[in-house]
Formats: sequence, C-alpha cells, structure tokens
Amino acid sequence: MKKQAKDFIIIKNIRLNADYYMLKLQSEEALPLILPAQFAEVKIEGAKNTFLRRPISIHDVNYELNTISLLVRIAGEGTKKLEEIKSGDILNIVYPLGNSYSMPDNDKILLVGGGIGVAPLLYTAKYFMQFGFNPTLLLGYRDKYCIIRNDKFAKYGNVFYTTEDGSFGEKGNVLNHSLLKDNIKTFDKIYACGPESMLKALGKYAIKNNVECEVSLENLMACGIGACLCCVQNTNEGHKCVCTEGPVFNAKDIIW
Amino acid sequence: MVKLDIDFNGLKLKNPILTASGTFGYGTEFSDFVDLNRLGGFIVKGTTLNPREGNLYPRMAETPSGMLNAVGLQNKGVGVFCEEIYPRIKDTNSNILVNVSGSTIKEYVATAEKINELENIPAIELNISCPNVKEGGMAFGTSCASAEEVVKEVRKVYKKHLMVKLSPNVTDIVSIAKAVEGEGADSLSLVNTLLGMAIDTKTRKPKLSTITGGLSGPAIKPVALRMVWQVANAVKVPVCGLGGIMNGEDAIEFLLAGASAVQVGTANFINPDASIIILEEIEKYCISNGIKDINDLVGAMEV
Repeated sequence: MKKQAKDFIIIKNIRLNADYYMLKLQSEEALPLILPAQFAEVKIEGAKNTFLRRPISIHDVNYELNTISLLVRIAGEGTKKLEEIKSGDILNIVYPLGNSYSMPDNDKILLVGGGIGVAPLLYTAKYFMQFGFNPTLLLGYRDKYCIIRNDKFAKYGNVFYTTEDGSFGEKGNVLNHSLLKDNIKTFDKIYACGPESMLKALGKYAIKNNVECEVSLENLMACGIGACLCCVQNTNEGHKCVCTEGPVFNAKDIIW
Repeated sequence: MVKLDIDFNGLKLKNPILTASGTFGYGTEFSDFVDLNRLGGFIVKGTTLNPREGNLYPRMAETPSGMLNAVGLQNKGVGVFCEEIYPRIKDTNSNILVNVSGSTIKEYVATAEKINELENIPAIELNISCPNVKEGGMAFGTSCASAEEVVKEVRKVYKKHLMVKLSPNVTDIVSIAKAVEGEGADSLSLVNTLLGMAIDTKTRKPKLSTITGGLSGPAIKPVALRMVWQVANAVKVPVCGLGGIMNGEDAIEFLLAGASAVQVGTANFINPDASIIILEEIEKYCISNGIKDINDLVGAMEV
C-alpha cells in the first residue's frame, strides 16, 4: 500500500474531555484504503520546542466525504499546540502507516481499549462490522467524565465500560471486568490498545487462557516509516519497528 | 538550466544532494515519497560484519530543534545486505553508498572487502564516528592515531571511493581530517551526531536507555557548518557537509562554507520528501542568483 504525505483541511476541532480532543480533516482527493490500527504522522507547525511529527491513530474514516478523524490526547507541547488549529487550516499528515489488526474468524471477538487507546477501536469495530462481524467492546477510563463518544461506539458493537472509581460501568480496570475475569474463554480473539501496563497484563492473561491477543503499541517514534529504527519493540524475533512491523503485534511474540 | 553535477573526487554526482546514513533506511523505505533516481546519492544504514540488535528502547528523545538517538547500529549484517538488500536496490540510477562500521579494525576491513565486490556500490562511507556503540565507532574517530590506523587498513582492501565520516566530538577536527586524508581517504563527510543527553525530571531517569546519545537536527547546524568550513580549508579532498540541513538555504550555506556536496539527514524524518524539496530549492536559488554551475558556490563565502 502506498504511503503518502498530504495536506488535509481541518473541518472540525472539538474538545472531548479534560485531556482529549478530536480533529476531523478532509482531503481533496480520494482516500486510500485505511486498515484498522493504522496511524498517521501529523506535522505540527509553530511549536517552540517540538520538531518531529506526532504519530496519531486513525479514529474514524469516511470514504464518501474523504474525511479522517484523529483522537488526540494532550500529552505535551506538541499536542497542545496542535489543538490551536482551526477549521479551514491545513494539516499535513503522512499516512496510512503501520500494519493492522488481523481479520476476525467469527463474532467471538473482544476489542479492549484503555484511555486514549480507545482511539483506533472505533474504526476497527466499524471495519469489522462492514465485513459482517459483530464485535464486543470493553473500554476502560479513569472516571465517567473521561468517557468519550459512547453513542458513536455503540453503533458498531456491544459496548461495556470500566472506570477506576466505579462512576460508570464496572469498577476497576479492564482486567477486572467480568467479561475478562469470568468469561474470557467465550472469546476467540482479543484486539487491544492502551497503556503498556494494560497491554502487558492483558496479553499475559489472554495467553494463559489460550485466547489470541493482538496488541497495538504506541512506542516513541521519529520517522514512522521504518528508517530511523527508534520505535523498536523487543520480540521473539529481535527488535522490530513498531511503525512498520507494528503497531499491531501478537501478544505472544512480544518480550515485555 | 543550472549545471548541478559534481565530480566528487571521481565519484560522479548528478547533483550535490545525498541522504545521510541512518536516516534513509535502504532507500526503499522512501520510494513512495522520493524518486531515488533524482538524488545525487543515498547512503544506506550503518552496516557491520555481523548482525546487530542495537541498543534497548528507548532510543530517541526529542529536544529543541533536534533529536537524540541511541540506535546503536542495528542492522542485519553485511551478508544479508549483499544477498538480500543489494539486489533490490542495485539498479537505482543514483549513487548508492554503504556506511561501514565495526567494533574492531578487522571487522571494518572484512565488511569493506565484501562491499568492494558489489559492482553497483561506487563508494563506502567509513563510519568512525558513531557515538552509540560501546566498542569501536566513535572511539576510532576521536584520536588521530586510531583514525589513521582504521583508514589505512581499510584502504588496503577497498579499491573504490573511500569517504570517511568524522565525529564532531573532538577538540581539533582539522587534525583528524588531515590524518585521515593522509591515509588515502578520497573524501570526508562531516559531521556525525554530537554527543548529548536528556533527563526526564518526573522519573529522574535518562530519556535514552544508553544515557547518552547522538544529537542531530537544526540544533547542531552552526557547529557542523563551522567544522565543515575549518576542514574544507585544510584538506585537498572534497568534503560532504551534513548536520541539521532542513532546506535549500541550509544546504547552500554548507556549499559556501566549502562542502562540495551535502547530506540530508534528520529532515527526512519530518518530511520524507525533504531531499527532493531541498534539491529543487537549491536549483531555484541558483536560477534567481544567476549561478550557472553549482560548483561556483563551493567555498564561495565572501569574508
């Protein structure tokens, strides 16, 4: 699949909660096929101390309107500066980057997201649904104020929630949820994205229960196209680039 | 029409733009963005005799106007390069240079010997300046005696154009440059990255697994430019300048300081088509300044 560096026009920039915002961008050209868990390297103009592009997963795609949505967590100066972008402004992105989650074999699939890790799961669920699968989603947040776009997620699957303080859904983290704690064996495959600690614990738990688990990683990255070798993950086959050989890895291949 | 081609001490470059080792993979990573045939040349990733896994993650930290890296020469080794990678890129209509590194002189020599056999590789860039490996690398490039020794031994087995990449992490780069020239280097490239570090104040941990790493990007450009100027004034062989070149103007500065060609490095990470954009900007500069031959810019700084 051909990668491209393209100028998009910002058509929407909305704050979703204390830490997250969403950018919707439109291309004048037809979009290439984008696969679930693929990401874009976003160029941020005008930040004083940042320099590199920021890798952001693709949250949603509309091929009719040629739009892409990016869910962004304010993590530092770059993502803070990016939020100042306004409708009509140009945003240059390099995309679509990375491999993707594999296609399910049946409906016994669980998509697990923690925090900003929910970002790629909307498009993943939508994509799987287009192929006739009915995903179950388990999304974990700090508290009910963090929850974003729940109506949107509900369109593409059966959605369950955990919050650390129990203010919405089941209390605890995703691993404490009854879906995983008591019923993991009802699933054939888990697709996960979130903080490393969550992916590590979930991956180990899935392996123990003989459930396939694909995790999408978000290592620090420079180029995004497999040249700088900065974003490597240690695996059973040595160091692999998260940007080109990932971001999706089978949990059993990773050496945490 | 501007004459952009350069005779770089026997190495024919169609223009002065090369891409720097470690920032351009094996070229193919960029083929969606860049017509490789348009480049003066590209220098493939640091290659060693045996495969290397490189350093542990994290290997990168962003800094103001730059980045630190501590990749540590991760590569599949010269054997895999010759058998699997070379056949895929050898027919590119551009100069493919291989950056050669090692932990011992024997390794440098053995790697250079293998590359010497490859018909479509007209030159190597001898890396005596990688700051991210425990043994070898920069250790060879920071004293005149060791730099001389490695160049001398590689020169015995390598028959084509031998470019030597110098480290800026030295007191007197001119003396190293002269020493390397004296042992038969055909050209010099400078500078490799500057040794630096960064600390996460929340965790009090270094941002790189190796604590220190190599700084690249516009942050180092003035230092690189100064060293290119010093070296170009002191040696007879041509100099290939690099260090923070982000646009055509930066590249022109290096030419004016005395570089006959330049390498685009970290800029490739920001804009994958940076090398071609810089080439086009150089051409525009020449046209708007009435320069008919790019060679007229080399060392043309007016004091």
